[in-house]
Amino acid sequence: MKHLRPINAKAHRMEESAGAENDIVALQSGQSNAVRPHVPTGCTIIFSPGWEVDSAGGTAGLCQPVERDIYDCYVSCFWPAQVPDHLNNAPDWTSKCSVATKDWRNLDIVFP
Amino acid sequence: MSAYSRGDVHLFEGGNANYAYLAASGGIVALDRISSGILARLEKTALDHSDLISKMVEEGFRAAEVSEGIDELTQMSAIRNGTPLRTMSEALPEEFPLQTLVLNVTNQCNLSCHYCYEFGEDKVATPEGKKKFMDWETAKASIDYFFHDSRGRKSVHITFFGGETLMNFPLLKQAVTYAQAEAERRRVKLDFSLTTNATLLTPKIIDFLAENAIGVTVSIDGAKESQDTFRVFKNGRGTYDVIEPKIKELLAKHTTRPIAARVTMTSHAMDVLGTYKHLKHTLGFHEVGFAPVTTSPNRLYSITPVGMDSVLGQFQTLAEEYLECAKRGEHHGFSNVSDTLAELHQGVNKSLPCGAGLGLVGVGPSGDIAPCHRFVDSDQHKIGNVSTGIDKEKQAAFLKRGNIDAKYDCHTCWARPLCAGGCHHEAFVRYGDTGHANLHYCDWIRAWTDTCLRIYGTIASLNPAFLDHFSERKAS
Repeated sequence: MKHLRPINAKAHRMEESAGAENDIVALQSGQSNAVRPHVPTGCTIIFSPGWEVDSAGGTAGLCQPVERDIYDCYVSCFWPAQVPDHLNNAPDWTSKCSVATKDWRNLDIVFP
Repeated sequence: MSAYSRGDVHLFEGGNANYAYLAASGGIVALDRISSGILARLEKTALDHSDLISKMVEEGFRAAEVSEGIDELTQMSAIRNGTPLRTMSEALPEEFPLQTLVLNVTNQCNLSCHYCYEFGEDKVATPEGKKKFMDWETAKASIDYFFHDSRGRKSVHITFFGGETLMNFPLLKQAVTYAQAEAERRRVKLDFSLTTNATLLTPKIIDFLAENAIGVTVSIDGAKESQDTFRVFKNGRGTYDVIEPKIKELLAKHTTRPIAARVTMTSHAMDVLGTYKHLKHTLGFHEVGFAPVTTSPNRLYSITPVGMDSVLGQFQTLAEEYLECAKRGEHHGFSNVSDTLAELHQGVNKSLPCGAGLGLVGVGPSGDIAPCHRFVDSDQHKIGNVSTGIDKEKQAAFLKRGNIDAKYDCHTCWARPLCAGGCHHEAFVRYGDTGHANLHYCDWIRAWTDTCLRIYGTIASLNPAFLDHFSERKAS
């Protein structure tokens, strides 16, 4: 780095890993201006229930009924789910619900 | 088009250089004119890439260099492009061997300090019907349990605590001998420390502490007037005259480890400078550390916000003294500064405020395991027993509650890498919830962290070799 000089141990480690980071093009989100291939995301490429059949070949674990329609749909999925989506419209929806048993009331309604 | 805005940074100066403290990581970087300029540009407004460059070009910088600066600042998360997203802290490793055992060898004390968190109005302990002194079977079981659950670590630490630790000196002695033999057998490095009020020190005890290189912290509030206000015997008599000769003897004879004083500040004892001078120079302690009393805000001895401002001012004066010493490469005994500098130098970024319930546990006379010595003997906070080990579910619940991720007030604070919401016990006394952020001292923590950052920056500019003292993480 030319314009920032690392001073403490953590900043030195960050500088080292920042140099290495540019080698990786795919599977990086945001932050870099490098041109990179389009990487599709969504529940079709992640290995969790919510798509067509569940891991046991059944339908019980799918997006319906709606009470199953929670975390995976929020984080990774464009499927018309009953929850706000994390990618575009409500990136902060769960940011105040780190301990679900204590903070579930913070999962509020989102108005588009 | 997304726009650049300033990330989570705290800017500070030291020794004529500009620095940024990166709150997302705990990193500290020195800035040049370009990176400072970009951060200044983005202080209040967000700008897209081309606007940012053209504004900087107007100020006389070269576009190519500005662009480099933007990339570097983005890489270090000092600025961000687009919506701020809260990143969750890294999950704790599944296996986290213990590093420190705090053995509360007794819950009895020969003093009646008014503010005591163990006996006073805000106590969390429920010692009724439990053993008052730890017996040998429990101590042995605790040590065996500790070695078992610290497996994999090369260096571990046992601290003796109370009540008044020395009221159970025979057990302490037996425990030291046994633990040393076990450590040798298991090829583990082991060291000891204890905290005492110094009233029960005898020449024999001092010899034992010195021979076994047991680190000693003396709880003491300062010179006679401060000490005798709250640190009194059960009959109300002050303790200063009793402990003064004993401390002098301890400091003269015990030279195998540095001896520290630990001061509890109250509304009646806020003379930081006088207390430091007395403890460091008149009595001769190696280090002196200060902590405000843990209490509900309505107690008479609780320090008011105005009082805390005066304490901060004195801390800053003493910190300046520390800096002058550091510039000359000399030791200064104000441990509140050295402890903070050590953490800043490592660049710690805590997901939990301390090691309680994770690498450190407290064990009471009954053998019950608590997250730390402050929760010992409290049924509500018990997380196991040395005979059965730690209840993983209770431990996980405690740690999850105290994690910075669940302290939403902290997410926008630049001081969070070091503070992480503050002491679990303090939070419980104040708010009835170990996972509550200690909001009553936020301003204080930020002001103090800023002071230490400026000292750190000044040392980094003027005498960087001094920081090598902090390169090895303090084994505590």
